[in-house]
Amino acid sequence: MKYRSVREISMSLIPIAAFLLALLIGTIMIAFLGVNPLVAYQALLKGAFGSTNAIADTVVKATPLLFVGLGICIAFRAGVLNIGGEGQLVVGALSTTIVCLNFPNLPGWILIIIALLVGLLSGAIWAGIAGFLKAYFKVNEILSTIMLNYIAAYGMNYLLRGPIMDPLQIELGSFIPQTSRLTHVVDLPRLIPTRLHFGTIIAIIFAILVYIFLWRTTIGFRIRMIGQNIQASRASGINIQKYMVLAFVLSGALVGLGGATEVLGVHHRLFTDGSVSGFTGSAGFNGIVAALFGQLHPIGTIPASLLLGALLTGANKMQRVVQIPSALIGALNGLIVLFVVGSEYLRRSQARRMERTAEVKKYSKDKNKKESK
Amino acid sequence: MEAIIIGILKSAIRLATPYLYASIGETIGQLSGVLNLGVDGVMLMGAFSAFYTVLKTGNLWLGLLAAIVVGAIFGLLIAFINVTLKAEQGISGIGVYIFGLGLSSLLFSTMVGTVQTVSGFPPLSIPLFSNIPIMGEIFFRQNILVYGAFALVPISWFILNKTPLGLSIRAVGQHPEAADSLGVNIVRIRYLTVIFGGILSGIAGASLSIALLNVFQQNLTNGMGFIAVALVYFGAWRPLSVLTGALLFSTVNAIQIWVQVKGINIPSDFTLMLPYIVTIVVLAAMAKRRIHPPAALNKPFERGE
Repeated sequence: MKYRSVREISMSLIPIAAFLLALLIGTIMIAFLGVNPLVAYQALLKGAFGSTNAIADTVVKATPLLFVGLGICIAFRAGVLNIGGEGQLVVGALSTTIVCLNFPNLPGWILIIIALLVGLLSGAIWAGIAGFLKAYFKVNEILSTIMLNYIAAYGMNYLLRGPIMDPLQIELGSFIPQTSRLTHVVDLPRLIPTRLHFGTIIAIIFAILVYIFLWRTTIGFRIRMIGQNIQASRASGINIQKYMVLAFVLSGALVGLGGATEVLGVHHRLFTDGSVSGFTGSAGFNGIVAALFGQLHPIGTIPASLLLGALLTGANKMQRVVQIPSALIGALNGLIVLFVVGSEYLRRSQARRMERTAEVKKYSKDKNKKESK
Repeated sequence: MEAIIIGILKSAIRLATPYLYASIGETIGQLSGVLNLGVDGVMLMGAFSAFYTVLKTGNLWLGLLAAIVVGAIFGLLIAFINVTLKAEQGISGIGVYIFGLGLSSLLFSTMVGTVQTVSGFPPLSIPLFSNIPIMGEIFFRQNILVYGAFALVPISWFILNKTPLGLSIRAVGQHPEAADSLGVNIVRIRYLTVIFGGILSGIAGASLSIALLNVFQQNLTNGMGFIAVALVYFGAWRPLSVLTGALLFSTVNAIQIWVQVKGINIPSDFTLMLPYIVTIVVLAAMAKRRIHPPAALNKPFERGE
């Protein structure tokens, strides 16, 4: 990418400034908790990048964030705020697990493909509900997706406590709410001898596909146009309702696929700790942070997810070494979102000012030309 | 049977408290044109600060004050981001939620650590009224925060509909350009409503942690703040209808708790799911009515120059 002026570079640096500001506040919070921030951050860095395993864990943590982030890119670009990443992850993971539990005898690669597709489709349907309610009933999508998150989580918890509980748990009488380990033939291939799995590759391929879709196809163009100017889109004859539902469905499909790869690539079973974010580890929300941090660009979301993945992985180490709860990262993520959306205004007004100066320049140039004639 | 119904209704009135504070606050904010989706995060912060203060000092009023102060600070933050920085309100609300959820969990695990209980606001019988058969038991033997929540409904109705301030608030949300040309300070009104909303969200949290449940744990509210926002739509921005919605939800909650306590054979996950399903159904049903949100909702004000 070529920058035309220093001002433009400063504009693209806004998310980084937001991140640094959040980090600064994090430093103050750590100091407030009576820990030397340098020691804490050192532990965090070591936890995220200190060894091959640590780096692999960072990438593994980043993968669901990327899937969710890509889904968010499509939805937010269409101007629909899909906050239902948590629920779509759960539904994707749940249906993938159920398929694998029921057809353990199919050949591995067929079962993997079917399981991933089912995860993708179920995520699409779950998000589609919110899209349908938004497009045809004008139900606020933020509220409906949040409600769908809770419904999905409690639905999963119910199934894990009964119908799909590991028979061994029932036999032993321990009743831990989890399924049995899925058949080994559906394990996604490992890339190097770490926890790093093939799901990461799928996520990166989809990042490129989403970029091509949004910027190189007519449907993608229309989706972005609706997000930018709904009146103009309606006037130009775009079926707004249809595209709203479509944006939701595509968004949910990516998130659902993320849930499926979490099961097949990382956990190899479904489990819950009873809370609503027990399985997802709040990836459904953190993915939103990643997308915003990546400026709602699918390629930008890749480094953004890696950065957040590093924070989350490092935070576990930090918790062990200096007893700073990893909830700190949750608070920092919230701040990053606030700083990024807060700085949007500065960016817009800067862009307007640039446009105006450009117009003035052009005007005076034209005038000069005319006068010289 | 009678005792069961009285019990359920009594707890329904009590459980309506957090919804009422949060929804009335959100109603006033939305009427001035600011959509705050971070209510749940502010409730969590209010709940934690009240709980922690009571745990350390034993003074309930000091706890309530802590929730009010924290709520006001969050309100100021939300107003700054949405009004001054003109951020996209849907996304900034989610930021506030994630921040409040994370910060309250962080503070809880470093400053408290384990789940503990405090003794919250005791029931306060209102003389004479509390002796009315049935009604007295249901309505007039509640804690003081319950009375406060129900008093808020007529008070907010009066302010919004019968005072110059209320007129200004509605004008700013309905037609900011006109209000601006008449000399109404839009920024000031919006800061005022959003900070007031933050205070009420803080109290809503406190009503959970030092009056209703008397505990704090991570994600104590479990999405209650989002349901409170949904209630504003349900109530069509009218305090009285918001009250109806709050009672509907608290009754669902009360029945759910009764079912669980009684050990009736319905999986608890289904009963826990119920309020969220009801919310979606209610929101969809509301859409059929021809009621429009404040015209300037979610639109930052830019003075044409």
